[in-house]
Amino acid sequence: MSDEREQVREPLLSVRDLHVDFKVRGEGLLAHKRTLKAVNGVSFDLYPGETLGIVGESGCGKSTLARAILNLIPATAGKVVWMGRDMSGAAPADWQQVRRSVQMVFQDPLASLNPRMNVARIIGEPLRTHRPDMAQAEVLARVKAMLVKVGLNESQLYRYPHEFSGGQCQRIGIARALILEPKLIVCDEPVSALDVSIQAQIINLLKDLQKEMQLALVFIAHDLAVVKHVSQRILVMYLGRTMELADKRNLYADPKHPYTRALLSAVPLADPRLERGKVIQMLSGDLPSPIDPPSGCVFRTRCPHAFDRCAAEVPPLKAINEHTQAACWLY
Amino acid sequence: MAANEKLIEVDDLSVKFATPDGEVTAVNGLSFGLERGQTFGIVGESGSGKSQSMLALMGLLAINGRASGRALFNGEDLLSMPANLLNRIRGNRIAMIFQDPMTSLNPYLTVERQMTEVLELHKGLTRRSALTLAISTLEQVRIPDAARRIRMYPHEFSGGMRQRIMIAMALLCQPDLLIADEPTTALDVTVQAQTMALLRDLQRDFGTAIILITHDLGVVAGLCDQVMVLYGGRIMEQGSAESIFYRPTHPYTLGLLGAVPKLDHEGERLLAIPGVPPNMAHLPAGCPFSERCTFATERCATERPALTPFGPQGDVLRACHREVIEIAREAERVLP
Repeated sequence: MSDEREQVREPLLSVRDLHVDFKVRGEGLLAHKRTLKAVNGVSFDLYPGETLGIVGESGCGKSTLARAILNLIPATAGKVVWMGRDMSGAAPADWQQVRRSVQMVFQDPLASLNPRMNVARIIGEPLRTHRPDMAQAEVLARVKAMLVKVGLNESQLYRYPHEFSGGQCQRIGIARALILEPKLIVCDEPVSALDVSIQAQIINLLKDLQKEMQLALVFIAHDLAVVKHVSQRILVMYLGRTMELADKRNLYADPKHPYTRALLSAVPLADPRLERGKVIQMLSGDLPSPIDPPSGCVFRTRCPHAFDRCAAEVPPLKAINEHTQAACWLY
Repeated sequence: MAANEKLIEVDDLSVKFATPDGEVTAVNGLSFGLERGQTFGIVGESGSGKSQSMLALMGLLAINGRASGRALFNGEDLLSMPANLLNRIRGNRIAMIFQDPMTSLNPYLTVERQMTEVLELHKGLTRRSALTLAISTLEQVRIPDAARRIRMYPHEFSGGMRQRIMIAMALLCQPDLLIADEPTTALDVTVQAQTMALLRDLQRDFGTAIILITHDLGVVAGLCDQVMVLYGGRIMEQGSAESIFYRPTHPYTLGLLGAVPKLDHEGERLLAIPGVPPNMAHLPAGCPFSERCTFATERCATERPALTPFGPQGDVLRACHREVIEIAREAERVLP
């Protein structure tokens, strides 16, 4: 099935060997500036209508990656190809065009809405920015239709963000992202600030809208169960690098990379007998500093399988079978 | 103390807040008991009253809050106790760990100062012996190089380590009861797994009783013996972890179980609970969950269901007008 997909369809988005470096101050007086490699050589393709999940723990670079895709943070090296068009060195005006088709939904639903705008203005703002010639009445009609689509109603049109609950604010954020009828939405932890019962509503909403509007999603989350629920393919990151990129079914049923295995076994299951009976692959130690990552494979300091080669050479991401790519010297 | 006597016995605990819009009842009529070495889980979503009920026990309510009822700890009522007596218990016999380790540690003080202070105050130790004990407690929670690290400030530690320092501080006086308010929510999964294992070990080694407040059903499944499910400040259901997870008798419990995305099952659609979280200032006259409950009838909106025992031993408590068999049938249909 994946072969067919690649032959028939052009990817919507191709990311090739993307790097994002930050310059940070070194320790001590007169210290040299040091480089923090937040994203270190990440590549993937995203096809129309598909969902790519990006998982990893805090500081692994998943949010930086999302922002670099949209040029909200400039990439240091590498290529972002948007619908066949290489965006390296593109002018701000070119990015402005791309952003019509790529929108973002953020983690904190309340903080991502302007508290001084009412719902009608918030949702209508992308239209006013990208389609300045559109008539006021048309903008309002579209905003109303979108509001209903995300499960709110017209009577809430002139209310302000603080009058809504977290789940409702996230619905407003989604409406704002969808109003331009984009092809891709980048969701950065869209449900992690919400209660379980509300989280399920938002996940269902995103999936319904995706089907209806043929949306592609990049879904960033630290919750592996949530990611499993929405994604077709999943990219696992650790300290800025891709550890594993696999189809959902393979990643969860047969994880290849030791880090993926450790992550999966750490997720607590809502089932007392299973949860108490399972064996957790406990990771030893703490996350190394991203300013001073380990040589070779960045995961080796916590990996139960590490051997000599892991410290000496960086393992490349390579295909292990037709569904899974992993960066590990075990394969 | 007799073996079968409860370590803490809470009876009809309520918490009310005076607000500009009138009095708001955040917690309403909670009763539960806990024996030594047991873990009691309190589950609920934001605003369900789970944190406020525990802050009330510790005498830490905001200035406009007022607690009523009784909370007997080793036979003494925490709620009516003057602050100077309560100070001998909290931090000593009862310790609490909070969700956010960064805001719960004092950024101006080294870890050493914060830890030895507790021991000097409660145990009357000298600075030197307090330091030795503090270092060995940090080693117990697996802080590497504890003797050196203890002189560092909170910001110099990672989030997982800060949480372990909080746990170490709470354990300094070997408390009888540890109240953990969302102890792993701010942590990554691998660190969460480490922290949960740590709590389990400490309980086994010291027989500490734990009250665990969380919204994460996976954490509850891993640690708790008894579970209380709260909604809108009231108990919806209370029973053993087995009964809550495998034989839920309340629509809200069932709703929570259905809404959690599962790692071990393939499901196309999550069973979301419709509606929005309750407004605590305007709860319905009847069951607080009735507005969002798919089982609700007219009676549910107007008449509050009493908390009644159910089961062969009457060990499950539930507050619902609908028959258990109806909930059980639905559970069989929707839960894997």
